[in-house]
Amino acid sequence: MIQFTIRRILQTIPVLIGVSILVFSMMHLIPGDPAQIMAGESAPQEQVDNLRENLGLNDPLPVQYFRYISDVVQGDLGNSIRGGTEVVSEIGSRFWVTVELAFYSTVLAVFIGIIAGVISATRRNTFVDTGVMVLALFSLSMPNFWLGLMLIQWFSIGIDLPSWIPFLDNTSWFKPSGWGSFSQLVLPVITLGTGSAAIIARMTRSSMLDVIGQDYIRTARAKGVKERIVIYRHALKNALIPVVTVIGLQFGTLLGGAVLTETVFAINGMGRLIIDSISARDFPVVQGTILVIALLFVFVNLLVDIAYKLLNKRIDLD
Amino acid sequence: MVDEQKMLLNVKNLKQYFPIKGGILGRTVNYVKAVDDVSFTVYEGETVSIVGESGCGKSTTGRAILRLDEPTSGNVEFDGADLLSLNKKEMNRMRKHLQIIFQDPYASINPRHTVRQILTEAMEIQNVWPKEKRDEKVIELLETVGLGAHQADRFPHEFSGGQRQRIGIARALSVNPKLIIADEAVSALDVSIQAQVLNLLKKLQRELNLTYLFISHDLGVVRHISDRIIVMYLGKIVEIADKKSLFENPKHPYTKALLSAIPSTDVDNKKERILLKGDVPSPIDPPKGCRFHTRCPFATELCRTEVPELRSSSDTTSDHQVACHHAEAIESGSLQPVVSS
Repeated sequence: MIQFTIRRILQTIPVLIGVSILVFSMMHLIPGDPAQIMAGESAPQEQVDNLRENLGLNDPLPVQYFRYISDVVQGDLGNSIRGGTEVVSEIGSRFWVTVELAFYSTVLAVFIGIIAGVISATRRNTFVDTGVMVLALFSLSMPNFWLGLMLIQWFSIGIDLPSWIPFLDNTSWFKPSGWGSFSQLVLPVITLGTGSAAIIARMTRSSMLDVIGQDYIRTARAKGVKERIVIYRHALKNALIPVVTVIGLQFGTLLGGAVLTETVFAINGMGRLIIDSISARDFPVVQGTILVIALLFVFVNLLVDIAYKLLNKRIDLD
Repeated sequence: MVDEQKMLLNVKNLKQYFPIKGGILGRTVNYVKAVDDVSFTVYEGETVSIVGESGCGKSTTGRAILRLDEPTSGNVEFDGADLLSLNKKEMNRMRKHLQIIFQDPYASINPRHTVRQILTEAMEIQNVWPKEKRDEKVIELLETVGLGAHQADRFPHEFSGGQRQRIGIARALSVNPKLIIADEAVSALDVSIQAQVLNLLKKLQRELNLTYLFISHDLGVVRHISDRIIVMYLGKIVEIADKKSLFENPKHPYTKALLSAIPSTDVDNKKERILLKGDVPSPIDPPKGCRFHTRCPFATELCRTEVPELRSSSDTTSDHQVACHHAEAIESGSLQPVVSS
């Protein structure tokens, strides 16, 4: 197990190198001269040249890359163009905000998705199954920024409804913006988690149906095992393997979705930092943040692989 | 020998129809009549085989008896209890006495449980042995089926097909059942392993006084293990007889054709193979009258209109029953086959 973990960690190194090359080349692929952008539109040519020399932009690309990467390895992601502050400190606390948002959304998505999937699979082709799957398709098709706006409208600002509707009338149950308290957390987590919940529900359903059709489920029933235990002990445990993979991938989607969700709910996380920095052409911050998000994604998928191994004692990934 | 024995399983008018959904609203448009009005009896300690070609309803009969699929109608009496009237909980308790061995040893055991878990789960549910004795019992069961105690904590994928089928047998035995339904229990195995497993089943029957309902399409296997044989065709029983009587004196034209298909190793004594024309008709819309009439060389007008009842023919004992209008006429030669080729 330890050997497997170490090997799996070593395997992430090439991925990380690839990510760093992509992030590094972003600065050079984007049209325009970075030095010109940094110095400002109206800066004199001499100042731009100076800046270019200072930033080392005149060196060959490989040299620049190695300089960049040796800084990154030492935890130095450069300085922000706007404030001159260190990118690392810019990301600082925002990192945890985004991680929390993505984490809670994942938890919500896994919880709802697996329950809905199991309910759907065990009541195959009934009204309940169709209902759950229609709802899943609906959630999947809903853009999350739109869902966010609607949730704010309904549950924060409130809408005028005819008085005979008992609740929902001008409700302001949850706060529409910010991060920290429970009431600020609810709407963004729902917004971000719904789509993933739908994907997990659909995956769980099809995986469960596959397993329920297996002979060993019939064996369990022939033993006289209670239906509930057949479903949870025999079926779900076997059905979860593909679902776990999907959960890991969904976490990446959630990190991407966090960019929009944080913007809609005015949450001060990494997503909003990216948006703000892009519009201010603050490349070091964009680079740094994307690198951190990529690292996070690689790390989560490492965890998924380890979980996979724990869940599935039978398959040797070694 | 059979008459003195206690009746263990009595199946009466068992029907299993599977609905076919169709149309926009998914209404039931028709039924697959997988098992249509089947009645038979199994006595304690004997081995009864059900034979027939694919799709004749033999496995469905086995599953319907255990209520793994709920039968459409009929009556299943086991050891004095009416199985179909039990509720789920009572049925689950009853499963202690009726166990099944499945066809595919690769698919029928949970790949994520160790052999020990597989065997103890059934014991736990049915509460057959005191907790502290279960481990000991697992070892004993493994040794009974020819596996070793050191293999108890392995996963199914670490075993070969024959070993897995032994695990399946050990699992079925773990709750001390009275009746074991072996649903094509050896057909997924190599011939050499088949013999091992069959001999094991025979040995266990002697030692533990088990009763088997053996479902198979392999007449060689059936001949080896059975006391009595039920021949099914398209959801109906066409002939029931004890092994000797059936193999030496088959009455139904279908049984005759089936038996003639057993390959023989005796070159001098070449049997004439009876080749049936056409395919098995669809169980969705089975032929009227005798279900076999579309392929029977002896079919008459009577066969096309009237369903033959299962009855004993004049020259057999009451234990040998056949569902054919013309059993005697065919036997005496007064009814000749219509040769079409």
